[in-house]
Amino acid sequence: MSTVINPGITLATAKRILNQLRHDPRTIAMLLLVPTVLMVLLRFVFNNEMAFSRTAPALLGVFPFVIMFLIASITTLRERTTGTLERLMTLPMGRLDLLFGYAIAFGVLATLQVTIATTVSLLWLGLDIAGSVWTLLLITILDALLGMALGLFVSAFATSEFQAIQFMPVFALPQILLCGLFVPRDAMANVLNWLSDVMPLSYAVDALTAVTVTENWDGTLVRNLIVVAACAILALMLGAATLRRRTP
Amino acid sequence: MTNSAVAVAVDGLRVIRGGREVLRSVSFDVPRGSVTGLLGPSGCGKTTLMRAIVGVQIVAGGTVTVLGQPAGDPLLRDKIGYATQNAAVYADLTVTECLTYFASVLRVDDPAADARRVIADVDLTDHAGKLVGNLSGGQRGRASLAVALLGTPELLVLDEPTVGLDPVLRDDLWTLFHRIAERGTTLLVSSHVMDEAARCDRLLLMREGVLLADDTPEGLRAHTEQSDLEQAFLRLVRESEAAA
Ligand SMILES: Nc1ncnc2c1ncn2[C@@H]1O[C@H](COP(=O)(O)OP(=O)(O)OP(=O)(O)O)[C@@H](O)[C@H]1O
Ligand SMILES: [Mg+2]
Repeated sequence: MSTVINPGITLATAKRILNQLRHDPRTIAMLLLVPTVLMVLLRFVFNNEMAFSRTAPALLGVFPFVIMFLIASITTLRERTTGTLERLMTLPMGRLDLLFGYAIAFGVLATLQVTIATTVSLLWLGLDIAGSVWTLLLITILDALLGMALGLFVSAFATSEFQAIQFMPVFALPQILLCGLFVPRDAMANVLNWLSDVMPLSYAVDALTAVTVTENWDGTLVRNLIVVAACAILALMLGAATLRRRTP
Repeated sequence: MTNSAVAVAVDGLRVIRGGREVLRSVSFDVPRGSVTGLLGPSGCGKTTLMRAIVGVQIVAGGTVTVLGQPAGDPLLRDKIGYATQNAAVYADLTVTECLTYFASVLRVDDPAADARRVIADVDLTDHAGKLVGNLSGGQRGRASLAVALLGTPELLVLDEPTVGLDPVLRDDLWTLFHRIAERGTTLLVSSHVMDEAARCDRLLLMREGVLLADDTPEGLRAHTEQSDLEQAFLRLVRESEAAA
């Protein structure tokens, strides 16, 4: 595996992906606004600021996770099926150049997306958190990057866009069900609790919940953040392993 | 022929795809600076052979040496221009953006200038600002061909670059191919239109994964005693069937 990263190629790739999206304003608008609209919806569903404040931070992490998962898996799948990936693999492009290019482009989008949703939630929806806004932003961006990295990875196993979309319920929904959003993780049956322990989203939601209730950075919070970041990097590395220069 | 005079050396190449042997012990040399045509009916293995040469095909046996290196060697990545049969370009970028991106990946000195040069080469200057997805099929094919021309490739592997183009444009492109070859670049061009065969320095004729002929157009005409290359090819096919 070529582990050398070529910053010029990596940045050119990030710019290319953002350019592709720029020509698709509707996707951009949805990317940036859908999580915010969902937060507004949630606020009115709860119709109560305190109940909203308890659930909202977790969802601020979950929405970008899901959206980035979908966008990343479809974009890479298109790169495979249109032959541009094969073309790039004949050029002096390292596999990590491509993946980090994706990570930068989607990282920029995720940051904007999360910033808008968080700002609206704090200013107008009455979201009240004990911890720092910056910690909240950091966790949600890591979440989005995790979704992106997993999306990149699983798209290697999809041969059509239909399959790629189905991977969302397969890979993302179980994590959402078991991450402690609906039922606290320690109240789950043993098997489910164990499953939720091996799902990276659980750690992200734990970290987000911690930000809601306390302003302290304790060992658990740090550990949770490291787990999420490590899983995102692991998924990117696994994604790199699925990019093959030679195919059958 | 000394080794430096050979751009591509293929020896006993075997490829298995989908459980079938689609290249069966293919051997030939492509001389440097030549325009070599790869011809044969649909499904005979032209694309597979080209993929093996650019190093993206898993092969079952034999060797492929390109510019003195084993095919797929990292050293070759900025020396080979490959245009796939289906246009491999980003539909949601403009022609200029797309080519500038590929030029950046090739690390050429001035990606924007190089992109302009190849866009002019394939006669797309008037459409440079259009989204690739809004081009006609032939225009999109030329945008994809332009990617292969970026930088200073020593070998161009072009898979059916002229398919679906009108005679004038096809003629222009073949003139371009010869101009590129005069600079010392080697071209391997596939086609299944026999009238393009006459414009090649050498011809490789394939059928069902086997090389039927590796000759100059004149040599082929003389050997088969046919003045028309299409007839010459048919003659070779009959001979090989009779021998089987
Ligand atoms: N991805 C694949 N998996 C399995 N078999 C394949 C694959 N691609 C091609 N083949 C088979 O390999 C053989 C050679 O295909 P190839 O694409 O090399 O033909 P070709 O000469 O380029 O044809 P055409 O002129 O139609 O482009 C065909 O029999 C084809 O069915
Ligand atoms: Mg073909």
